[in-house]
Parts: sequence; C-alpha cells; structure tokens
Amino acid sequence: MTARIVLAFAALTLQEAARRRVVRSLAVMTIVLLALSAWGFSRLDAEFGTFTSGEARMAATQVLNLVMFGLSLIAALGTAFLAGPTVAGEIESGTSLAMLARPVRRSSVLLGKWLGLVAFGSGFVVVAGLTQFGIVWATVDYWPPQPVTGLALLGAQTTVLLTLGLLLSTVISPMASGIVAVGLFGATWIAGVVGGVGQALGNEGVALVGTVSRMLLPTDGLWRGAMHGLQDPALLEQFPAFGDFPFLSQAPVTTAYLAWAGLWVVLVLGVAALVFWRRDL
Amino acid sequence: MNADSAGALSLDPAERLLAELPAAPAVWCSGLRKRYRRRTAVADVSFTVGRGEVMGLLGPNGAGKTTVIKILLGLVRPDAGDVLLLGRPARDPRARARVGYLPELFRYQPWLTAAEVLDLHVRLAGAAVPAQERRECLAAVGLADRAGDRVGGFSKGMQQRLGLAVALVARPELVVLDEPTSALDPIGRADVRDLLLSLKARQVAVLLNSHLLGEVERVCDRVVILDKGQVAASGTLGELLGRRELRLRLDGVSAEAEARLAVAGPLTRSGGSFTVALPADQDATTVPDLVADLVGLGVRVHAVEPVRISLEERLLDILRADPGEDRR
Repeated sequence: MTARIVLAFAALTLQEAARRRVVRSLAVMTIVLLALSAWGFSRLDAEFGTFTSGEARMAATQVLNLVMFGLSLIAALGTAFLAGPTVAGEIESGTSLAMLARPVRRSSVLLGKWLGLVAFGSGFVVVAGLTQFGIVWATVDYWPPQPVTGLALLGAQTTVLLTLGLLLSTVISPMASGIVAVGLFGATWIAGVVGGVGQALGNEGVALVGTVSRMLLPTDGLWRGAMHGLQDPALLEQFPAFGDFPFLSQAPVTTAYLAWAGLWVVLVLGVAALVFWRRDL
Repeated sequence: MNADSAGALSLDPAERLLAELPAAPAVWCSGLRKRYRRRTAVADVSFTVGRGEVMGLLGPNGAGKTTVIKILLGLVRPDAGDVLLLGRPARDPRARARVGYLPELFRYQPWLTAAEVLDLHVRLAGAAVPAQERRECLAAVGLADRAGDRVGGFSKGMQQRLGLAVALVARPELVVLDEPTSALDPIGRADVRDLLLSLKARQVAVLLNSHLLGEVERVCDRVVILDKGQVAASGTLGELLGRRELRLRLDGVSAEAEARLAVAGPLTRSGGSFTVALPADQDATTVPDLVADLVGLGVRVHAVEPVRISLEERLLDILRADPGEDRR
C-alpha cells in the first residue's frame, strides 16, 4: 500500500512539472545556454591557430566546467523552486487537505514527492549534460574522462539541494523555501571558493570555511567532484598554477564524502518527514 | 520516517477489541481538545455519528467546527481525546479508507482535469472503482461534460462540485462535508440536498457542517451545536425542536383568562397578541381545551396559530443563553 502511494505521488510530481511548464521554461533556459556554449566553443576552435594544443585543452576544460556549472545552477533553481511549493504551496492553498484525508501516510507522500523530484532533476542533468558533452566533442574534439561519474555527481548535487528545499517547504512558505535553498546553495559555492583561496594562501582558518560549508551542505563538495570527472586529468600536472581556479578541481570526491552526502540526504529527509507528520493543516 | 506506521502497528488489545465489534459507529470521538497557542479552539468535544445517520454540526463562526472535522480526519493533531472512524482508531491511516471529505477550503490540482482528479483520489483511497462509475459520479454533481477540462479553468462553484464528486467517488461509508454549499447557486444547493438525501437512502453516514439551517433541518437526523469549542447542545431534531408555540390574537382578556393562558405555558403579551410556549409533551387536546376555556371566560378569539420553532430560532436561543444555564 505504501509503495503504491509513494509511486502515485512520484508520478504526480513529474506530471506537475510537465504540465506547469517547468519543463518548457527549463528547456528554453538550457537551450539558450547550450547554444551560447556551442557558439563559444566554435570560436575557441577558430582561435586554435594561436593556441598550443595544451592551451586549447585547458580552455576547453575550463569552459566546459563553466557551462556545466551553469547547467547545475539551472537544475538547482528548477528543482528548488519545484520542491518549495510542493508541500508548503499545497498546504497554503488547501490542495493537501483532500489528499491527506485519504488513507495515506504523510511520510509516503513526502517520499513520493522526493522521488519524483529526484527523477526530474537527474533526468534534466543527464539530458542537458550529454548534449553539452556532444557540443564540446563536435566543436573542439574533447570528451570528458569520466562522464558518468561527473553526471552522477551533478545529479547527487541536485538531489541534495532539492532535499533541502523539501525540508524547508515543510516549515516555511513556498517562496521563502525556494529562495533560502538557492541562497544557501550560492553561499556554499562562494564559501568553497573562499576555502580554495585560503588553501592557496596557506591560511588554514580561511581554508576551513570551505571545508565546514561543504560538510553542512554537500552541494559544493559534490560539484567539485563532478568537475574533477569532467576535466582533462593531465591539465593540472601541466599547469599546476591553475589548481586554485574555481572551475577546476584538484582531487576526486572521496568515498567517505559520498557516504556523508548520502547520510545527509537521509537525515534531512527524515527530519522533513517528522516535521510534516507533526504539522497541523 | 515511519513514525505514524509505528502508531498503527502498536494497537493495544482494547483497540483491537473495539475494532472487531460489529457495526461500530461511523464516528466516535471523546474528549477532543485543541489549543492553538493561547486560543482554545476545541475544549472537550464528544459525539457519535451512527452508521447511515446524517448529522449536522452547527455553531457560529469560530466555534471550532472545522477544527473538530480536521481532528477526526487526522489533519490536525488533538492535544487530547480519542477518535474512532468506522471502528478504527483515527491514528491508523486505514481508518480513512472508506471516508470521503469535502474541505471548507476546496482546491484541487489546477493542472489536472476533473476526471484525473477523481482517478488520483480513487488511487489514493485504494478503491477499485470502474471508469463508468467515476463518470457517473461526475455526472451526479453536474460535471459530466467538463470531465476532460483542466480544473484551473473551473469557477469556484464548479470546483466545489468537483470536491463533492471527490468526496463521493471512492464508495465511502462516511462522508464529511464542511460547508458543501458555500460557493453554490440555489440550483447547486438543491442538488446537494438531493445528493444528501440519496446518501441517506444508501445508508451512508454523513457529517455535515453547514450554515444553511433550512438544509440541515431538512436532511439531518441529529445535530450537535458547538459554541466556543464546546458542545452547547445535541440531540435529534425532534428533541431540539420539540418545543412549539401558540400565537393568539385576543380581545377582552380578563385577569382570570390571562391566568388560564399562563397555565398552558410561559406567556408573553404585547397588546392584543399573546404567545404561549407549549411544553414538548403537550397532547392533542391542549389547544382546543384552551380555546374553549378562553371563550367560556368571555374572551373574543380573533386568531389562533400554532407555530413550530425553527432550527434557526432554537440555535439562537441556545447560543444566546447564559453559559451556566442548562441548554438541553
């Protein structure tokens, strides 16, 4: 019975994303970004004459990571603003009253919505990411070394953020939950860059900022892991000075960190279920 | 994650015994209390709705009617009190398997069609309702030709009609309707009355919260009147409305004749108009005997009009009565 309810709500969430033109708006944004990147890469290719091949690969890797960051931002914004209204908005409008008076557990409803959002966010990352890889491959003949790992980590990053959005939407208003989730995502990214600067300058205190923020909200850590899977591994050996550039990553993501990200998702989802269960409608 | 499933599994033997009793009432609640911060919304409410019974929940705005309904359906957690729905403790979501609900705030996914909303609710209820029956359900609320239209384009009245269909689609044994006619035109209200009567005929229990007392009077077997979160009065309509009045227009009333009138019941006088509140247990001879005696005492009788107290008058009486007074 529980599995049936979970799947029903997952399907409903996907249907909502499709019907409410979320897919269409995301597609428009993505196509604009991909078209711009295709144009940029083709220009990069045209300039190859003055680049050494190493420089060209360096540029391709950086621009790819930059565009993938744009895609991850779109995925983050899209899912955060989907996750926000899904609980808070339905409570506010009264839509949840008739549904939650059915023989359903609130935890199943939440899990179903979460599954639907994960499928939506990951589906977006895979489709847009693969298209981008294709563009880079066609224009500058570069194929990332670990495309599957890279996309999986981007999907995981999206999942972390939408789980946070879901927790927030059980507590605060729909708009606030979307804004807070995206704001925290941005703050963690900046804290990650600050941490990188601290590392470059050998300042442990500043470096700690990045480490702590990566533990509190694992989006930035997963994003750095994804970048590592997408960039040319020979590059940082050739140009160690670029090691601190915010769109390149020095190290792959560790298993311990992945485990922490998984545990983080489970914990946050559990807290969200508890808050939702106790909430008066 | 499964905090509420733990509750369902830990049925104690007493609850299991209750659940196994035959024909448990549709709703049984006892000692419900709910406070929102400093405001007490519900203070000690208990009542029962029998199988196949139509019960009206009445009371002024803010009396706690909607909160009581939400507690029954597990949408609001009571601070104290117990609820059994169709014999099962309401903590267990399965208690709501055969319950239909039209909320006071009725909203359905604007991006689904009317038929899809019904499909969703049938799936959530875990019921097996054939497509033909779902279409009939939409037709019963007057939405047969709008089944394929998105709810986003519906007027408020049409959304309330859809809400009624949602409440009725999964073959409920108990239907909870919170202000079911608030957005409906007079024809819609008449339709709802017919629906209520057909539910009554099919032995489906109904808990109805409505401000339209005429409707309540026509369809309800029993009413519970809430005021300030408490049960101010409850009983069958016969019990609550048993009191009748006799209005007389008289002339030449002596002190003796007035005393005779007072014997029949509490008397109020305004000029030549007299109103006697008759006791509930009056027999068929009370009025003719009184008239004959008055004529015998030389009173000229212009008009004699027996009046039944309306639910509205009774409700106002009860709500305006001093809290200390016995209101039954």
